[in-house]
Amino acid sequence: MKLNKNNYRYDFPIIANWVNSNSKVLDLGCGDGELLNYLKKERNITGYGIEKDNDGWLKSLKKGINVLQVDIEAGLPEFEDDAFDVVILSKTIQSMHNTEEILDEMLRVGKQVIVTFPNFGYWKDRIQSIQGTMPKSKELPYSWFNTPNVHLCTIKDFDDLCKSKKYKIINRLVLTDNKSVSFFPNLFGALALYNLVNR
Amino acid sequence: MTSKKNIGIVKSKIFKSLIPLRLQSGKILKEYNLMYETYGTLNSKKDNAVLVCHALSGNHHLAGRYSLKDKYPGWWDNLIGPNKPLDTNKFFVIGVNNLGGSDGSSGPKSINKQTKKPWGASFPIATVEDWVNSHEALITSLNISKLAGVIGGSLGGMQAIQWAIKFPERIEHAIVIAAAPNLTAQNIAFNEVARQSIITDPDFNKGNYYKKNARPRRGLRIARMLGHITYLSDDVMGSKFGRKLKNKNYHYNFNTEFEIESYLNYQGDKFAKEFDANTYIRMTKALDYYDPANGINRNLSKVFKNIKSKFLVISFTSDWRFSPNRSKEIVKALLDNNIDVKYAEITAASGHDAFLMEEPRYHAILHSYFNQML
Repeated sequence: MKLNKNNYRYDFPIIANWVNSNSKVLDLGCGDGELLNYLKKERNITGYGIEKDNDGWLKSLKKGINVLQVDIEAGLPEFEDDAFDVVILSKTIQSMHNTEEILDEMLRVGKQVIVTFPNFGYWKDRIQSIQGTMPKSKELPYSWFNTPNVHLCTIKDFDDLCKSKKYKIINRLVLTDNKSVSFFPNLFGALALYNLVNR
Repeated sequence: MTSKKNIGIVKSKIFKSLIPLRLQSGKILKEYNLMYETYGTLNSKKDNAVLVCHALSGNHHLAGRYSLKDKYPGWWDNLIGPNKPLDTNKFFVIGVNNLGGSDGSSGPKSINKQTKKPWGASFPIATVEDWVNSHEALITSLNISKLAGVIGGSLGGMQAIQWAIKFPERIEHAIVIAAAPNLTAQNIAFNEVARQSIITDPDFNKGNYYKKNARPRRGLRIARMLGHITYLSDDVMGSKFGRKLKNKNYHYNFNTEFEIESYLNYQGDKFAKEFDANTYIRMTKALDYYDPANGINRNLSKVFKNIKSKFLVISFTSDWRFSPNRSKEIVKALLDNNIDVKYAEITAASGHDAFLMEEPRYHAILHSYFNQML
């Protein structure tokens, strides 16, 4: 899974805010390992990253991350229930096929789950859609023909999913660039961050 | 980047242990020899030593050549040497021939001091556990209190696991490649066919053939041919040989027609000339017996409870004798114990044999991992 995270690290401090010090963390689709590295420094966490892509995997290894090359689409059979304090899926959910299963799996192996995704309800995306083209933006840099994204959703969509699955949202933050958005977040927010627990 | 170099001319050494070794079978080896080789220099802190464990047909000769006339270097020469992934400018690398081997360590071919004759069939079967215990004696004799790493592929990977289980304080990193926590029934079955082909060879003479002119070459040859088939993948055999014929037409007789037959015959002949049948059947037995979770409710996680070393686990997609799923069993048991582990699944066509090849991604990973170790 090759995800262009575009060095948008402004979400890292928010994620760190939701992670307790000395937590045991699992980062799904950890890419080059930057987030885990950041959390190690800021929160003294331990844990593991999962990365399928060879380049990302090696970059993570070079940072000393405990990186595992397994396919998360197959679930997380390597991990026991409640094995982690926090399980993170950062800007990866939109490229997953078995979205529902992976969320269930995350809440099985983690006591707390952090999910971040580009909000497809963002006004710039909506305008491009109305104009008749597939949206492209900083958060969604791909063209329709080469995008790894198969399950894009809006904030409202994700809220509805949490409701139907009975996931409890303990925090939700919506960002555009570096600023928090509280006014019509589904319209003006580019990136959504959720902090969930299993009800 | 500095260029890779070959290690040059090397020499084997002998470690003579006079301390009796109690084997897993209950038998005792009163004294024994281990043939070993070292490359690079042990630093003053003595913390740069890496032990390389060999697999079924390997030995202590990992890299370099004994003379300029030597046709082939040691079996892991592509990995070990100056500026190679296991860099001998940085590391002190140790290769050892396992007990029961036939390349200088005590084994069926060596002389039993009491009888002044080759041990032959009477040399006791040594297991992975026994080997690791004997390695530990060697490492101690070299004044190394803690190894920077133990690395091995296949049966060698099992020894790296055993090192981490048995001597948690004496190993910093375990590098386990194309291995498994035990053999599957299918794997044991292949080993048994190999053993039967050797044991039923009329020249085997129950293992006491050293004084005779004949060697059980037919049996060893067939065992090796069978092994070779299982170490490769269907795909790589297809792309390498396909249905290519040695000559243009069929001859409608039982001589070699296909390239693959010719290849297997060549490999079998070569191996039967060089390798010892008693060693071969013993190595396969060590593979079959190894099962650290046996007797502990089959729970590998419990067995790994006291491990202190960090792990790198590597598997190859086309390896069907030691499949990625078997490596994942090792990874899972490590994760259950919060042990530092990195796991890579390498896309490679060449099956189990891939661990001996110079696949770029595989070697890049080992290079980076070793780089971080010191």
